[in-house]
Order: sequence, then C-alpha cells, then structure tokens
Amino acid sequence: MLTSRVIPCLDCRDGRVVKGVQFQGLRDTGDPVELAARYEAEGADELVILDVSATPQGRANQTDTIKRVRKVLSIPLTVGGGVRTSDDAKRLLDAGADKVGVNTAAVLDPALLTKLAERFGRQCIVIAIDAARTEPDARKRKAAGASKVPEPISWHVVIRSGEDRRPLDAIEWARNSTHLGAGEILLTSWDRDGTKAGYDLDLLRAVSSAVTVPVIASGGAAGPQHLIEALQAGADAVLAASIFHDGHYTVRQVKAALAKAGVRVRDDTVTS
Amino acid sequence: MPTPLHIVSTGTANTASVLAAWERLGIEAILTTSESDVREAPRLVLPGVGSFGAAMRLLEAEGLVPALRDRLAAGRPTLCICLGLQLLATASDESPGAKGLGVCRVTVSRLPDQVEAAQLPRDVSQRVPQRVPQLGWNHVAAPKGSRFLTDGFAYYANSYCLREVPQGWLAATTTYGVRFCAAIERAGVLACQFHPELSGRWGAALLKRWYDESAAAHANAPAKGAV
Repeated sequence: MLTSRVIPCLDCRDGRVVKGVQFQGLRDTGDPVELAARYEAEGADELVILDVSATPQGRANQTDTIKRVRKVLSIPLTVGGGVRTSDDAKRLLDAGADKVGVNTAAVLDPALLTKLAERFGRQCIVIAIDAARTEPDARKRKAAGASKVPEPISWHVVIRSGEDRRPLDAIEWARNSTHLGAGEILLTSWDRDGTKAGYDLDLLRAVSSAVTVPVIASGGAAGPQHLIEALQAGADAVLAASIFHDGHYTVRQVKAALAKAGVRVRDDTVTS
Repeated sequence: MPTPLHIVSTGTANTASVLAAWERLGIEAILTTSESDVREAPRLVLPGVGSFGAAMRLLEAEGLVPALRDRLAAGRPTLCICLGLQLLATASDESPGAKGLGVCRVTVSRLPDQVEAAQLPRDVSQRVPQRVPQLGWNHVAAPKGSRFLTDGFAYYANSYCLREVPQGWLAATTTYGVRFCAAIERAGVLACQFHPELSGRWGAALLKRWYDESAAAHANAPAKGAV
C-alpha cells in the first residue's frame, strides 16, 4: 500500500533559504544543505526546492545549490522555478533534481509539457498550479434573479506574468496539463498560502477527482490537523514550509500525528 | 580504495542522483557507454531512462545489447534500476513492437488505473480510480533466502511493472492495485523497480549489500548457462 508523503519545501534565492527558518540547532539557518539533511533525518519523504531568484546569476547559484543538496540527500528532490525550456530542465536534472516543476512557462506554452514528458518521462514532470478562488460575478447573479442555488465555486490559474490573459480555469488546466504530459500536480492555493488557515479543501477535492495523477497539496498549513484534512480530501502528498521552519513541529512529530489519525506513512527507521 | 563501479550512461536518467548515492557510500562510480566496460566491468549499474522503446533503441545504437545480455544471463554483478529492470523482459505494453533484452521470459504491463473499492459489502463490486504513475513510498516484502533484499519502504516512480515472477529468479513484492515484482535477483544480478538511490537509509544499505556481496553471489551460485 502506497503511503502518504510529507514534503518540506525550501524557497531559495541566490542559494539561500528565504522563508524564515526559526528553529534551534542549525549552524546556518539559511543554508539549504543543512536544512535538507535535517528534514531527511527527521523522516521527510521528499524535498521540494523552489527557486524564487529573478536574475541569471541567481539561477546559476541555484544549480550550485542543487548539486550541494544532492550530495547529502537520499530522498527524491523536486526543483521548480524558472524552467522555460527542456534544456532548463536538463540542467536541473544534471545538477541532481529527480523531478522538475513547471509553472508559468507551461501556461504560456502548454506544448512544453509534452516536450518535457517525451524527453524525460512523465514521472519526472510536475505541473505547479497556483489557483485562486474566482469571485462570483455579482451582476450575473442579479440578472439571474434572487436564486437560492449557490453558485459553484471556481478557481483560476495565477501566473507571475501575462496578467492580461483570459482567465484560465484551474480545474480544466489541471486536467489538460496531465493529458499533455505532467505526471504529478503541485497544487497551491493562492488564497490560503501564508494564512495558516489550512489547505483549500474544496480545491483539493475538485482537482484530485478531476485527474488521475498524484496531487500534492500546498498553501495554508499550520499544523498536523491541516495535513490530515488535506489527505482525507484526496491529496496524495502534503507540502509545507513554515510549520517546519518555525520549529513548532518536526517532520517526525507530524508523521506520528498522521499515523495516529489512520493515515499510512512510511516508517523510515527500518534500515536493513 | 574499493573497486570503482561502472554506470551505463543513458543521458536522460537521474544519473546525478545515482552518482551521488555511490559517492555517499565512498565508492567511485564511472559513467560509460563503452561495450568493453559493459562486458568486463566488475560491477555494472543500468539506471532507468524515459520509455522502454527509446531506452532499447539507445542501447542498440550504442551497440551494448549483446554485452548486456551476456553478463545478465551469466549472473555477473549487475544492478538494474526502475526501467532497467523492465528492460530484462521480452516486451512492454509501453512500447508495442519493441523488443527487450529478453533475459527474463516475461512481459511488462501497465499498473491498473482502477482497483476494486475496499470496504464495500461483498456483493457490491465497484471500481475506483487509482493514480498512475505510482509516485511515493511503498512497502517491499523481501523473499526468503535473498542475498540482498530486506523488508522496508522504497521510493517508486513508475507506470509499468512486472506482474509475473520470471522463472529462476527470486522476487521481492509490492502491492499497488496488483502485486508486482519490487525487485528480482539471480546470482550477482539485482534489478529493482523502485529507486534504491532515492530510498533513504534503507536504499543505501541495499546498494552497499549488493556492492559487497554480488561478486560472491555470482561465484557461488552462477546462473544456469553461465560462461
């Protein structure tokens, strides 16, 4: 039986972790290598590194960061941020990534997903989707009369550039991107990210029932209960950053809470 | 210094992760596409790459197929990872028409996209979707008498698998909708459907055991037809 994955996420810029890392016992709280090793030792099932650098120099540092993390890390590593071409992906894989996350570039050029899947295999390609709840259109609602039927919730895709584009429905994009070549979805709730209000469970339910590939929940986790809810809503894996960086919970504590709630998790203490 | 091992360089696999895993064990790994290395290397690793058909075309283009087939048939120390295991078969659902190495007389099939729903009354049969690819950690049940394999959790990233245990091989199993070969071994050959290089301490221990014991396994129990 496949187990549910707990995935810490490191946001890096210029080779440094930029989201506040506050727990004790690290020599250098901004060093991705030291953090990666610590999370693996605590029982993390996988690691995600998101590159938030905006400059070419930052990107070059990123390759170096991946190489250094790979040296110490014996669990899977997904790297995202700034992947525009299949050669970008190759550079990250050669540096030591096992999977590559694509976001904006795939929205602007969906054929990129097919190119990546053909070159590296779809199990290697993660589509990162940032989804925001779409406000119900008040005028349309008025025109339709005082209907008691609640409007169905919908979400649109948020990308960093190209805001003038026609809004793209997030559920439809999730489905299309997997048909095009993505083997996994990293689904971030734009509304919940950073709020500590829990994952957007409606979004998770909608996406996980629309696709046949694994879905990683992201955005809004503040504690083990949020992770449990996300897994019960259909997520195959849960990603979190600040709940681990803040030092409130270790990965091991979170996984113990999951196991207690009946979620199947990997026992990493078996070694031989 | 331990003897270096050779890794067949297939260009598109997660070679960096495989190299890093050996480096952590203090073992030098050399990338190669040379036929004589594939034939003579004391230990050889065949990592996974893209699709079945494309991988076989690549091995054929490099002229490595006969050398690989010979060393696998002879049970010489060889570690196959993920797609590397599937290439031992005769064919795969993934690439109809493409021929595998044929060392095992079995074929590769797709993991089921649907499974029987659990916890339903016995007279109700309902199929529910199952996610493919299988991505994540699943339990490996080791066979009795294995030289290399132990029970534990391994990391998988696969859409295809061997459902039938090839004759003459010992198999560890994992269940994902169906029971399939998690790994198979014979003499000095170990082929894993999972990624030992990404399977934490359990995976590292497995790599080390194969490195340490595969030569003796080959010497003490050469496969049928060994040369």
